[in-house]
Amino acid sequence: MQKSIFHIESNDAVARDTFRLVLRTDGPVAVCSGQFVDIDIPGYYLRRPISVSDCLPDGLVLYYKVVGEGTKVLSGMAPGSALELLAGAPEGPVMANAPGVQVFPGAKKAPEKYLDTPAPQRSRANCLTGLGNGFHPEKCSSDALLIGGGLGAAPLYLLAKELLAQGKKATAVLGFNKADEICLVDELKALGVPVHIATMDGSVGTKGFVTDAIAAAGPVFDRFYTCGPLPMMKAVCAALSAPGEVSLEERMGCGAGFCYGCTVQTASGPRRVCADGPVFDKEEVLW
Amino acid sequence: MVTKDLSVSLCGLQLANPVVPASGTFGFGLELADTFDLNVLGGISLKGTTREARFGNPTPRIAECTAGMINSVGLQNPGIEVLVSEKAPALRRIYRGAIIANISGFSVEEYAYNCGRADACPDIDLIEVNVSCPNVHAGGMAFGTDPQSAASVTKAVREAVRHKPVFIKLSPNVTDIVSIARACEDAGADGITLINTLLGMRIDIRRRKPVIANKMGGFSGPAVFPLALRMVYQVAHACSIPVMGCGGVRRAEDVIEMMMAGATAVQVGAENLRNPMVCAEITEALPALMDSLGINSLQDIIGTV
Repeated sequence: MQKSIFHIESNDAVARDTFRLVLRTDGPVAVCSGQFVDIDIPGYYLRRPISVSDCLPDGLVLYYKVVGEGTKVLSGMAPGSALELLAGAPEGPVMANAPGVQVFPGAKKAPEKYLDTPAPQRSRANCLTGLGNGFHPEKCSSDALLIGGGLGAAPLYLLAKELLAQGKKATAVLGFNKADEICLVDELKALGVPVHIATMDGSVGTKGFVTDAIAAAGPVFDRFYTCGPLPMMKAVCAALSAPGEVSLEERMGCGAGFCYGCTVQTASGPRRVCADGPVFDKEEVLW
Repeated sequence: MVTKDLSVSLCGLQLANPVVPASGTFGFGLELADTFDLNVLGGISLKGTTREARFGNPTPRIAECTAGMINSVGLQNPGIEVLVSEKAPALRRIYRGAIIANISGFSVEEYAYNCGRADACPDIDLIEVNVSCPNVHAGGMAFGTDPQSAASVTKAVREAVRHKPVFIKLSPNVTDIVSIARACEDAGADGITLINTLLGMRIDIRRRKPVIANKMGGFSGPAVFPLALRMVYQVAHACSIPVMGCGGVRRAEDVIEMMMAGATAVQVGAENLRNPMVCAEITEALPALMDSLGINSLQDIIGTV
């Protein structure tokens, strides 16, 4: 992993308590859908893990909801402000040639003894990546169903772009509590992705849950991908027989796999949401 | 600038520098092997290990605080056999500094057994006995909160460990830390690590529930540094065995301060979670700081205040 400085290009409210944050950095960025970055918010001890909604050649688009003091501070940060992100290195140790990446002298030294494996090679692709393991668009045969609840829609946008780039089709079903929380619908439609909406109060789209909207729309799909509240994803996995992937959320400590603060029990044993996930096959999740 | 000597001698182990990531905040080291060269670290204290594998506590296990955090991981670990047969050997292949096994248990017998297994592992250099975990009911801290229990664990471990230094990691959740440290010394401990976390709690006022699923957890981070420093000072001056200072350390200045208080090595804990590179940054910053303070050898400043 690596620390990298980004600057805020824009930080705008797009729905109730919901902000769209565009960040730019000095080097190339290549994040996969479902991955996240861990943001250092000035004055707060732990970083805030936020999933990546879109990857720009030299930047990131993130959506976040103001749910506490840290995200409140983030929402007040002006364009031009610097943010330090913890992000991923694609392979090997910290990369020396990526602008904005801190490199420590120790990172280049090869251990002298006790070594029976070669030092990791410096990465060829000097791109900053995301943290964690994301979605697998390559496992979709032809038609994907993307199911988001609230801000769970955010990582599905990048996933939709990846699916379309692979020549596959995607349909989105997004659930929100009320109309004023709706976001990312226009962006997904602009990609050419049909979007079906469910709202709990029935103000927009199907009244009820995403499972109601899926039943109403009857989309064709061979694989589904979901991100949102746990009860929603549980209902989705119970309702759909197709293979699916689930993006879990947990309160994290390090965000990078070494504090074991976000471990969940899965079908294959204890797994860290930050480093083994956040995306898991639906069969792995023990509801 | 005169070449600075960062090395310290800890119970016969020569550490390249005093900086050691604290148990539970650095996994088994391997998790950070691609982040920086671990060989910049004087030692690494591995994740606390019990005899059997443990899942640990339910989530949420983490709560943020002002200048710190609470954790309630609950000793999630793969068990002592995985430590000695997989984790420690794998770390040894890429790391030449001191590998510290951090051992927990639910009975005096389990402590002794686990420490004996660690003693027999050639890839472990030092054994740190955790009698201070606040997150496991009827284990951990229960052994470290009165002198007699701490001494009984120390004595049993001492008999099981023939080759390696044994440090006892103490809890700050006590009235008289010195009496417990002295009891451990008298029972044969080679050194003392302190402090483990302080028992703490947060409540989500909107949900009207504790933030941590287990309600309480261990509080650590820069906020506890003065308290940790005070305890290091008291114990280092009351005992003749070396102390590894731990608690709230986040920068090179804190390392120097802990050493002046009496620490031979200094562990960095919670700060790793907000900055995974902090231990490398500290070792990088130490020579220039030593120069500005007129220090040529870190060994020379231990307990000088």
